[in-house]
Amino acid sequence: MMRRLAEGGAIDRSQERTVVVNGVSYQGYAGDTVASALLANGLIAVGASSVFGRVRGVVSAGGEEPNALVQVTAPWSEPLVAATLLELPEQALEVSLLPGLRGRLAGDDEQRHDHHHAHCDLLVIGAGRSGHAAAAAAVAEGRRVILAERDFRPIELAGDEAIALPRTTALGSYDDNFVTLVERVSPVRRRLWHVRAGEVVLATGAYERPLVFPGNDLPGVMLAGALRTYLERFAVAAERPAVFCNNDRGLEVARLLGAAVIDLRAGRTVVGVEDAGEDGLSVLVAPLEAPADIERIECDVLGVSGGFDPVLDLHLHRGGRVRWHEGRACFVPDGALPRQRIVGAAAGEGLPAVQAHWLLPGDESQAFVDLHRDVTVAELRRAVGAGLQSIEHVKRYTLIATGADQGRTAKTNATAIAAQLLGSGVAEVGSSTTRPPVEPISFAALAGRARGERFDPVRTTPIHPWHVDRGAVFEDVGQWKRPRYYPRDGEQMDAAVLRECAAVRGGVGMMDASTLGKIDIQGPDAAEFLNRLYTNAYDTLKVGRCRYGLMCRADGMVFDDGVVSRVADDRFFATTTTGGAAVVLDWMEEWLQTEWPQLRVWLTSVTEQWATVAVVGPRSREVLAAVVPGVDLSAEAFPFMSFVDTAVAGADAHVSRISFSGELAYEVSVPGTRGLELWAALWSAGEPHGVTAYGTETMHVLRAEKGYPIVGQDTDGTVTPIDLGMDWIVSKTKPFVGSRSLRRPDTMRPDRKQLVGLLPDDPALRLDEGAQVVLDPNLRAPVPMAGHVTSSYDSAALGRTFALALVRGGRDRIGHSLYVSQSGVTARATVVEPVLVDPQGARRDG
Amino acid sequence: MLLIPCPWCGPRDEVEFRYGGQAHVAYPADPEAIDDREWSRFVFYRDNPKGRFAERWTHQHGCRRWFNLVRDTATHQIAGSYALGEEPPA
Repeated sequence: MMRRLAEGGAIDRSQERTVVVNGVSYQGYAGDTVASALLANGLIAVGASSVFGRVRGVVSAGGEEPNALVQVTAPWSEPLVAATLLELPEQALEVSLLPGLRGRLAGDDEQRHDHHHAHCDLLVIGAGRSGHAAAAAAVAEGRRVILAERDFRPIELAGDEAIALPRTTALGSYDDNFVTLVERVSPVRRRLWHVRAGEVVLATGAYERPLVFPGNDLPGVMLAGALRTYLERFAVAAERPAVFCNNDRGLEVARLLGAAVIDLRAGRTVVGVEDAGEDGLSVLVAPLEAPADIERIECDVLGVSGGFDPVLDLHLHRGGRVRWHEGRACFVPDGALPRQRIVGAAAGEGLPAVQAHWLLPGDESQAFVDLHRDVTVAELRRAVGAGLQSIEHVKRYTLIATGADQGRTAKTNATAIAAQLLGSGVAEVGSSTTRPPVEPISFAALAGRARGERFDPVRTTPIHPWHVDRGAVFEDVGQWKRPRYYPRDGEQMDAAVLRECAAVRGGVGMMDASTLGKIDIQGPDAAEFLNRLYTNAYDTLKVGRCRYGLMCRADGMVFDDGVVSRVADDRFFATTTTGGAAVVLDWMEEWLQTEWPQLRVWLTSVTEQWATVAVVGPRSREVLAAVVPGVDLSAEAFPFMSFVDTAVAGADAHVSRISFSGELAYEVSVPGTRGLELWAALWSAGEPHGVTAYGTETMHVLRAEKGYPIVGQDTDGTVTPIDLGMDWIVSKTKPFVGSRSLRRPDTMRPDRKQLVGLLPDDPALRLDEGAQVVLDPNLRAPVPMAGHVTSSYDSAALGRTFALALVRGGRDRIGHSLYVSQSGVTARATVVEPVLVDPQGARRDG
Repeated sequence: MLLIPCPWCGPRDEVEFRYGGQAHVAYPADPEAIDDREWSRFVFYRDNPKGRFAERWTHQHGCRRWFNLVRDTATHQIAGSYALGEEPPA
């Protein structure tokens, strides 16, 4: 049993603190950790182990702790925190010890954590003797220094450009000296630092390593150095300690504590430990050469020291090399990475010589290599017996070193014992990989402020308030919020969409099309540039006219589509899909900069400079006439695919006659700030005609009825313009990006997947988008897939359901039946031309 | 997180950039004049060395300009960046 001494230690006895463990309160002091407070209260056991359910105790006084991982429940919630690092805060701290070292995520983390970006000349990790010296020297030279230390003790580091960060753990080390740190700003709040450092000094010290002997997992068997720390820093000590070691550092601790000594170097070992209840531990000691010749040592705690392992996580994250040091029996760095130094114990400096005996005599099924994962020497022997020779394989087989403690006390012992069992050297078995983060970090801390509304920017159009006011249901398209439909009187989506579709084809509808990407293309070579990028020609496009265009990647696959208007000889206005605006601009810039720098063309994104409203339906001309009284809107004067620049509601307006529904339609654009006025003006003009607002879902149905594909829905990067049946838009006379690929044998195969329409036999059955198309209704594995449904809707105009699908050799199957496999049923459908409404295009001119 | 030397903006974090694959792969002067095999090598084939690699990057969230740089694909050490049309550094 350990207890608190009346004097000594770095604790403040004037400030009492409370920790509540599984509902029971214990007293501690400022400066205590949860572990030191437990030990001071005579508690050493921390719960049952993960596999065997054995009672385990506090092992360490630091970040290597395998057993004492607690669930913090108040005043914040956090799983798997090392009790040996967890400072007692001013408020009562509540923790629970979960059996089997499980962690439990409890609800939403309401805390708001911060992110911080910093640059420095020197980042030092670890404020021990070596680290502090390196930081102080650099400060003296006038360098900007950040010194990060995991522990909570204050750090003295004076200097205008010096930042000392206690309670800060370096989580990960990345290329070019980019290091992430997590600072515990308060008990509940974290600050994640992203530091770019000119130089990094790793002064992360060394962890003591346990010895592996039968009974080494009993509560009371602790690291020797931890006993020293608990005595010197926390004034907690046992009355009757003993020490079992293979090096001089262990002997020093024994001398300091006045402990009985079992020294492997003197040929003595521990073959068993028995729990003697109130009397502590009974340690069975025997000569290495005569393990049956047992004598007993009675003690409260048994400190063990099997050597020291430099803490090299941050070195290993970057792929830094290590080598086996035979005399100290540990992996030490094999040189540092560029612009990094490793100092002190982390470099192996000052570590004691070790006389290693990896396989000690006694019951191997009671000798634990990994306390956290509950793995014994017997399992290691089984792994090696199964033929595993690399430590990475042994690790996966036994789960050694895969726990939340990252196997810090287990790794070297596991590697060396496996090597011994294999009869090879430790270096041949190899050291295992280490990855960030060094300690668990919550998603809330990683997210910082970028959660909820701040998770991702939300883009809304100038007309958005109207949509909100009318109760629109929105959908996310990229970062945009677009009205999906406008339900009336508790309508569900299907009913609303049927109503909106019928209103558009039967009268007039209005849609906010402001989110379409818009690019202003200027320069003497603009026409030539577009000729090279689009599948069709633009040098032949007259000023005042528009043309629908497709773009392909070099592999001939459709990449985006849109309408290009010729504003002047040297100026075009191109629209892109809503989601494609940024990538199309990137694509254009890439070709201009990398392949055609001689072309004199300038590109500007004007997506948000224009608000656009589509006025669609047979009565759209009458609506528009009311807002542009001076403009001749007759089909002759204002033909399909042309535009006029005029004024609407006092704003400059660009009016195009383009249609994504097959109906007579106009798109009216005004400067973005005037969008709401434009909408209001058109709405007032439309009201006498029963205008209906419609959303993206109705737009999708209307276009699908006309067989117009949506790039990214009816295409997936493996579809050519020919596959879409859009040969009419592919120039045969001029090259464009991707044109050569359309003559590859693969893109000319007759059995490519082609866009067709599908009419299910059951006119009420709506096929699932994404459902597989098969040719044989009697599905027997393996079923050859003939394609898939890309779009599927209920149509007001057709009075039934329909779908678009990509079907292998689909154009040749028109008029034939095939089958769609979905939700346990196999539905028969007839393949049809994709244009189902007004195939003659009679409605276009109203 | 690489620290990438933009020739125009100086060293910036990798998140500001977009990768553009192997550098110095010219678009064929006359795609119609080459056979399928040669065209498919241009479209689909790129080197994938372990070690020194000349590659294209664009400073997407900065000056938006394309440039080349030489990077060791095993160590991520960057030998230097250079403008399009220039020769890679030694």
